[in-house]
Amino acid sequence: MDRRHFLAFSSFVTGAALTPAFFGKAIAQSQLQDAIDVAVKKRLADAALTAATTAGASYCDVRVGRYLRQFVITRERNVENIVNTESTGTGVRVIADGSWGFAATNELTEDAVAAAARQATAIAKANAKIQTSPVQLAPTPGKGEVSWRTPIQKNAMEVPIADKVDLLMGVNDAALAAGASFVNSMLFLVNEQKYFASTDGSYIDQDVHRIWAPLTVTAIDQSTGKFRSRDGLSAPMGLGWEYMDGKPEHKFVAPNGLTTYGMSYDMKEDAIAAAEDAQAKLKAPSVEPGKYDLVLDPNHLGLTIHESIGHPLELDRVLGYEANYAGTSFASIEKRNENFQYGSEIVNVFADKTQVGSLGAVGYDDEGVKTKKWDLIKNGTLVDFQTIRDQAHIVGKDESDGCCYADSWSSVQFQRMPNVSLTPSKTPLSVEQMIAGVDKGIYISGRGSFSIDQQRYNAQFGGTVFYEIKNGKLGPMIEDVAYQMRTPEFWGACSAICDESDYRMFGSFFDGKGQPGQVSSVSHGSSTSRFDGINVINTARSLG
Amino acid sequence: MSILSEAKAKAILDKVIAFSTADETSAQLTGGRRGNVRFARNDISTSGLVEDIDLGVQVAFGKRVGIATINQFDDASLERVVRRAEELARLAPENPEFMPAVAKQTYRASDTFSAATAALTAEMRAKIAQDSIQPCRNQNLVAAGFLEDGHTFMAHANSNGNFGYQVSTEADYTCTVRTEDGTGSGWVASNVRDISNFDASDDVQIAMRKAAASSSARALEPGKYTVILEPAAASGLISFMMNFFGARQADEGRSFLSKQGGGNKIGDQIMDPQVNIYTDPWNDTVPVLPWDGEGLPRERVDIIKEGKVANLEYSRYWAEKQGKPQTAGWGNTIMEGGTRSTAELIASTERGVLVTRTWYIRMVDPQTVLLTGLTRDGTFYIEDGQLKYPIKNFRFNESPVIMLNNIDELGRSVRVEGGNIMVPPMKLRDFTFTSLSDAV
Repeated sequence: MDRRHFLAFSSFVTGAALTPAFFGKAIAQSQLQDAIDVAVKKRLADAALTAATTAGASYCDVRVGRYLRQFVITRERNVENIVNTESTGTGVRVIADGSWGFAATNELTEDAVAAAARQATAIAKANAKIQTSPVQLAPTPGKGEVSWRTPIQKNAMEVPIADKVDLLMGVNDAALAAGASFVNSMLFLVNEQKYFASTDGSYIDQDVHRIWAPLTVTAIDQSTGKFRSRDGLSAPMGLGWEYMDGKPEHKFVAPNGLTTYGMSYDMKEDAIAAAEDAQAKLKAPSVEPGKYDLVLDPNHLGLTIHESIGHPLELDRVLGYEANYAGTSFASIEKRNENFQYGSEIVNVFADKTQVGSLGAVGYDDEGVKTKKWDLIKNGTLVDFQTIRDQAHIVGKDESDGCCYADSWSSVQFQRMPNVSLTPSKTPLSVEQMIAGVDKGIYISGRGSFSIDQQRYNAQFGGTVFYEIKNGKLGPMIEDVAYQMRTPEFWGACSAICDESDYRMFGSFFDGKGQPGQVSSVSHGSSTSRFDGINVINTARSLG
Repeated sequence: MSILSEAKAKAILDKVIAFSTADETSAQLTGGRRGNVRFARNDISTSGLVEDIDLGVQVAFGKRVGIATINQFDDASLERVVRRAEELARLAPENPEFMPAVAKQTYRASDTFSAATAALTAEMRAKIAQDSIQPCRNQNLVAAGFLEDGHTFMAHANSNGNFGYQVSTEADYTCTVRTEDGTGSGWVASNVRDISNFDASDDVQIAMRKAAASSSARALEPGKYTVILEPAAASGLISFMMNFFGARQADEGRSFLSKQGGGNKIGDQIMDPQVNIYTDPWNDTVPVLPWDGEGLPRERVDIIKEGKVANLEYSRYWAEKQGKPQTAGWGNTIMEGGTRSTAELIASTERGVLVTRTWYIRMVDPQTVLLTGLTRDGTFYIEDGQLKYPIKNFRFNESPVIMLNNIDELGRSVRVEGGNIMVPPMKLRDFTFTSLSDAV
């Protein structure tokens, strides 16, 4: 899902009364601060575990989930929507006769979850009749009764609605005063209260928080009929309301003054810059197509990492489990075994489900595996994938990497991307020094149009803002830029990476995968990086 | 049981409205059962069943609106959800674009239900998976696919006396078949209201033939080609474009349907005169609920008539502001076509490219609706009316508006993905492929 769908959601609930099931039930503000008692969750979980094993399941896990979301959606001087939603229920997954089965119920009674457990077992047994190879689970030790919480400083759900409305109205006023024709600003807040229990002896209570504050400013020149938008340069994060503090030490200022953000965000400042940039885009010259050296800001590069490294190294894609929808992967197990050169020697990419502030950080995944950090690409060579418990044996691992996630109690958990990040250079290198070495290039920040094939070879990326680089100097804004790439050649063309002082995270708040479709949130850290000789096309067309 | 009868649904909604102390109240009940089975690597991978009913209540005090929902239906719960919505409404800022609830309406039912689909069981889903997998196992091919079916109801009412109730069913099947060595891939999709019109054993043969025929693809130079887009491939671009027919965006100057100097392009010729697109809730092939999200009755509306913009979609607020009649939001898209099948279009093509499916379509430039995406799961070169050989997949950068100005021929329109769109196969000149993809 992307923001377009969210906007569709917004107009839906403006008119109609009901929120789609994924978003759950609308509730009062005060209820966003409640939680279900752990003892109640344990009782429910035990009822399901007992029912499943009695019905013949060899393994069972139970997720009692309470998923809270708050959306505040504004345009110009109007609050279009404030929605608080809650979705609570229990999902039960079992293995019986070597097959998976799953059933879910929104009734929080021991009878209801036990019935779901029996139904899941019956589904597993029906499937087993045509299953040829039984499920193999990598062992994971029982964790006992443990808990984990996103290390937030201030729970965004506790901040009064009036303060959030004031913030967004201030942002919109600032953008309009700076010349915006239109401005949309939003807050998306998520709190997942997840309780996991399994027949392995784990009872894991987790409280996960995420925040996103997107904005879009549009400028229109009615005389030419031209319009241009500039999105905010924030990133969704696994943080609390402290993300909105906009601390000076969290700003990253490029040599031309372009400001992006790290562990906190100054939304008003960015809205003013967006209004100025949107107007500048109306007049910016169109790019001359050809080969350029690209200097990619982390707020842009994160999406390229996501699409061309994160997704192809999902083991379920590699194996063919996603063949009917998201696709497979060029990065086969054979390539890993043959030390496939994924990129240049300076390219080191790691997966990390523990990184503070990241969207993917949790203590344990949705099948009770403790999270960790591990290498995916080392000195340019493909070394590993992302696994869950029923895949680990296929790549010769004796434990899962902890990449299992479900977006709801009513969804089946499956393999999802951890945070996947590019290691910064150990040698000091600033953005200014990097640009000074480029003769003919383009500096790109922000996410734009992105599209990649079903094996993750051929991709095309746009961006939010583009600046020409000529003879080592950042020049004026240009427009209509998209670059085309083939994944291994693109990463092979990575010739420089800035040092850790430039490192920050990009985030994808609604990453879609699976059938039925599920979303997940994931961060990608990097420092500004250079890619040589990349093909740039001009995207301007005329409708006559 | 997750399907409430009309009488039971009405009784619940009437109670909700009676509990309310707000200036106005609207309520909606939706629920049902959704089942699915997913398979990959010639085995079932996951399957599940979710049953749920939700009651949504929207109340307004003046221009302050509150929304709350619940899934318990005893009197105490019904009163609680109304009070909760009232509490939220009192906290909410005024919405200057607030529109009062619609008056009492009359709806003409549409035929959205099939008893056969409503009766699907876990065993029948497993059989559909088996009917897809077994022929592939027999021919050393690998199947991955998904079936999702739903039996759902919707009922809504408001304090102006309006009420509507209807039951729907749907089943959506997709299957990708790949050769064991990964050099060929084919795909088939079927979306039906009535599952008795579907046979996985037949459908999977299409994907199997395409998988076998598409291995060892040759590379063609990117460029402009005559293409035949199969209905699913064309739908990828057409359905994307249909998201941008909002009148407000056009009037505000930020749409491809905005006019230079102000206003919108209603009445302008923007496509080939062969293009006719309309919406109709009672269409036999893609029926949808006869009301929109606000309870306005849907009607048949021309969107593109002989290549000219006939209508844009107005929200009630924007219609009132612009002095237009308030009309319902569109529920489906029907693009008219000709009489010939995809096979007949191929037979009459001297040179061209057949595209089975389009993939990962994204907006590149909203000013021109320039879209980028890729071909997938069966791309073939056509010569002298025959599929000559498989070709490597292409990335395209093309605007559906430009594409619908370059029509050679439209074939027979059919129901495709999502169940709310009919699109013909289409033969188009000068379709823009910008690069090659090695993906299979």
